[in-house]
Amino acid sequence: MRAVGILLILLGTMASAGAETLITSLSNHRVLINSNYTGTLIAVFGAIERDAQTVARGTGYDVVVTVRGPRQFLTVREREPLGPIWINQEQQKFPSVPAYLSVLSSRSLAEITSDQLRQRQKIGLNAIVSASDFTNHRGGADKPFREALYRIKAQEGLYLEDERGVTFLTPDIFRASIPLPATAPPGNYDVEVTLFADTVILARTITNFELVKTGFEEQVGAVARDWSLFYGVATAVIALFFGWLANLIFRRD
Amino acid sequence: MPVSVLLILGMGAAVGFISGIFGIGGGFLMTPLLIFLGIPPAVAVATQSAQIVASSTTSVLGAIRRNALDRKLGAILVAGGFVGSALGVWFFAAARRAGQLDLVIVISYVTLFTVVGSLMLKESIREFWHRRKGGAVRLRRKAGEHAPYLGWPLRMRFYRSKLYVSVIPIVGLSLFIGFAGALLGIGGGFIVVPALLYVFRVPTTVVVGTSQFQIVCTTLVALILHAVMNQAVDFVLAILLIIGGVFGAQFGARMGRHLRAELFRFLLAILLLAVGLRFGLELIMQPDEPFSITVQETRT
Repeated sequence: MRAVGILLILLGTMASAGAETLITSLSNHRVLINSNYTGTLIAVFGAIERDAQTVARGTGYDVVVTVRGPRQFLTVREREPLGPIWINQEQQKFPSVPAYLSVLSSRSLAEITSDQLRQRQKIGLNAIVSASDFTNHRGGADKPFREALYRIKAQEGLYLEDERGVTFLTPDIFRASIPLPATAPPGNYDVEVTLFADTVILARTITNFELVKTGFEEQVGAVARDWSLFYGVATAVIALFFGWLANLIFRRD
Repeated sequence: MPVSVLLILGMGAAVGFISGIFGIGGGFLMTPLLIFLGIPPAVAVATQSAQIVASSTTSVLGAIRRNALDRKLGAILVAGGFVGSALGVWFFAAARRAGQLDLVIVISYVTLFTVVGSLMLKESIREFWHRRKGGAVRLRRKAGEHAPYLGWPLRMRFYRSKLYVSVIPIVGLSLFIGFAGALLGIGGGFIVVPALLYVFRVPTTVVVGTSQFQIVCTTLVALILHAVMNQAVDFVLAILLIIGGVFGAQFGARMGRHLRAELFRFLLAILLLAVGLRFGLELIMQPDEPFSITVQETRT
């Protein structure tokens, strides 16, 4: 059943927009991570097919791969001095932003397409982070918070942009490697591949992969979330048991 | 949270060792250490309560066997402690929602550590001074001299502790300890023991057992409430802390009998002041990154 599903996803990622057809495939649709996971790479392969009527473009193709991780509700707070101490004061809520975001391209984004198109089509980290659906506008007051989110996420390796991330193997076959750090949260990751030529979008495909945590830690985490009372009582019982055991072993009288 | 297992075990053993020497729980040292290691304060506080439960259980069982426990006084302390704990966990959750939990924890530690640390330092220097001069080592209050609030209404007789005092200050003390314990991840032994000993004049033989009995009960409640309301208990970390702490405390207790107590009290006072100062600096210094991100929810 799952094999059929993957096959359907592979077939479904063929999209056509006019003359060029973009075909993409991921090396892996399901990444299993355990407790000693230290990060991994997922490869994206793509091919560009022209139909018989279309002539080869003089400028060549450009590709941008945008990967969006599971959505998170985040609050960014700013510490400001209040008298002698630094205290959290201003805050900005980000109701639905990707926990992981990477933009890989074959050239620098400024060379691939115009600023307006990048903003409108959300191509590039700056365009995504400053888009109006990222957080609510507060007349410019939101700007430092957007920048802080970008900066902190980039430091954690969760938001990244690589203008050499996509390599063309032949003029119409390319590959890209999506780096996933150990801190990338489990969940669904959307991979959007956009094909450009001469600053215009020709085709776009969306596919996805899933990051699944396995092993002891994840099971403990699931119990702590879903059975919190049981989890608390179990921890308490174990603590009592160890206390009793220590009393038994180290009895002094 | 990638933190070395051996480091946690070692820290647990070191803190357990110190707590064994002084006969205190050690939560007030372990929680700040965990925070300095980079473990989120919420998780450090909630998880440390499991370690306190384990170490207090050991001493309560010992106290029961030696019949060094005032059950009636203990029961009243526990009742007040439960209410205090519930209030503490509730306040913890509210501060966390408001984004000020870290600040609340840090400010409380700075206050607690500087006050207790300087009191202990003063005491040990005075002791040292008197010893030099060959005078009386300890200044005690004269018998029969009681603080006036011990005579408030609702007086109750505690035979085991040879006490006839108002329950109001006792309940007040236990409320405060329950609250501070749940909020800061401490058992509160280092506050309860001196309070019972010097303020209420409970005999030395039952003080430690009774205070440990209260600590084990209130911390147990705090631990479960933290797991349910804040989901901040880390099971694996708790087990590491317990194992390290249990062994450290036993060796500490053995060593403690051969060491000069006043020298160690002096060192502990310095340690407390240093930790308090370290927390204080964190509040005053300009942060490298003034912004911080809190994850409210992840949709997978």
